[in-house]
Amino acid sequence: MQLDDLYQEIILDHYKHPRRARAIPDGEALVDEENPTCGDRIKLNARVADGRVADVQIDCAGCAICTASASMMAERAPGMTVGDFRRLSRGFAAMMRGGPELSEDELGDLAALRGVREYPIRVKCATMAWHALDRALDKLGA
Amino acid sequence: MPNGPSSVQAFDPRVIRRDFPILGREVYPGKPLVYLDNAATTQKPTAVLDALDTYYREINANVHRAIHRLAEMATDAYEAARSKAAKFIHAPNERGVIYTRGTTEAINLVAHAWGLRHVGAGDTILLTEMEHHSNLVPWQLLAARTGAKLAFIPVSESGELDLASLDRLLDARVKLVAFTHMSNVLGTVNPAREIASRAHAVGARVLLDGAQSVPHMPVDMQALDCDFLAFSGHKLCGPTGIGILAAKPDRIEEMEPFLGGGEMISKVALDHSTWAEPPHKFEAGTPDISGAIGLGAAIEYIERIGMDAIQAYERDLAAYAMAQLDTVPGLVIHGRAAERGAAISFSMAAAHPHDVAHFVDRDGIAIRAGHMCAQPLMRKRGVPALSRASLYFYNTREDVDALVRSLRGVQEFFGRAAR
Repeated sequence: MQLDDLYQEIILDHYKHPRRARAIPDGEALVDEENPTCGDRIKLNARVADGRVADVQIDCAGCAICTASASMMAERAPGMTVGDFRRLSRGFAAMMRGGPELSEDELGDLAALRGVREYPIRVKCATMAWHALDRALDKLGA
Repeated sequence: MPNGPSSVQAFDPRVIRRDFPILGREVYPGKPLVYLDNAATTQKPTAVLDALDTYYREINANVHRAIHRLAEMATDAYEAARSKAAKFIHAPNERGVIYTRGTTEAINLVAHAWGLRHVGAGDTILLTEMEHHSNLVPWQLLAARTGAKLAFIPVSESGELDLASLDRLLDARVKLVAFTHMSNVLGTVNPAREIASRAHAVGARVLLDGAQSVPHMPVDMQALDCDFLAFSGHKLCGPTGIGILAAKPDRIEEMEPFLGGGEMISKVALDHSTWAEPPHKFEAGTPDISGAIGLGAAIEYIERIGMDAIQAYERDLAAYAMAQLDTVPGLVIHGRAAERGAAISFSMAAAHPHDVAHFVDRDGIAIRAGHMCAQPLMRKRGVPALSRASLYFYNTREDVDALVRSLRGVQEFFGRAAR
């Protein structure tokens, strides 16, 4: 596997220009997660309205994989029903850990993260934001 | 134990490298291994591998127990390694040289066996802001159990301890000053003797974390006048799972047993026991016999090369590495202390440390990325993580050049998307 397969243009684009990213002051995030093995940190706020993810804001201090995955999720999640998001999140996490492939339609841009599966130590980078939004939805009782 | 084959005559890293089978490996086809993660663990020379192999093949038996000949040979080899370790660090005597699993266990041993009796409510344990978690968390646990407080010597932007703060921080309530001899992140070599002498002036005891110094420079426990010295075997060419806690004669007598069991007892009745003499008092259970013998072989190997030669070579190589790294656009070195070793941490403008480490790994280069077990220091420096290249005496300028070439590639690769 070549590096270009892991760090595809679309990943680098999300890394350099993360969507729905803004600085969230300490203590003002619904979820504040750190990966103790590497120091990556995601602060996240979300809103739910009418059973749908209404808004997501992310403050991510992480690597390209972590930031790009968070950005793709932030682009994708708003407008989804909470149930659909949770299904996608579960499916994505399972796929990253070597489980069944999601379809191209389900994946969209996320397909660019497939290469991460070759590097088990990086899988947590790719799934961290998804865990964070799942936790936020739990906290919102959604 | 037989001596391993030695190719070490004069100091020539190209010759020395032949003693390390793994350095001839290609982890990725066509990419010779460039191993620059020596602050995490070092590679093992044939002399150490042979010592382990010989122990298990020829003299494997439990120590300090049986009457038979093999047990005697195993015990002799195990204790001979202790003597080598004691001389290596100039410990006052072998009675105060205790085998542990490594630096972490050595520090935890002091916290339990000495700290619980000599640190109380209202006392202070003085640390520094640059400590590895292994010289921070045991003291947090001790403070929580005893009601003692923790205080910290600040670290400057260049990565040096603010010794002027000692005037304010050192008083009669300070019972222990525990600090790293060399920072695993900043590379800073701290003035151990000066800190120890100022600590002793207020009656405090001193623990020196030698995990990063003992493998790289001559360390004389008596000249530095520290009460406790801890280090790990695996960072000085020895096997994992073995390390040393050395304690001054007065301190060793102040320590109560930590783990109870076989080996550490003198007489055992159903309701009470008496203890073996140090160091065995602190070595309950069957120890890591092969590890200890491997540590002895590692020390012997390093002494054949010569610690002064190793230090001089690494100093030169680190200066070269820092100068070369400074030429990489967007790269910032963290740690510019005047006295420093060969652990060099850096950040890059274009890429996160994970991405840096992943990228250079594909070129066969092993470096560390992350918080390096020093989260408070990372927070203080305002970075989530860093990359670190840490050198040893078997590294060469060619290794450094390979890293710098690869880092230029990182800059180009991740920099392009920024436009």
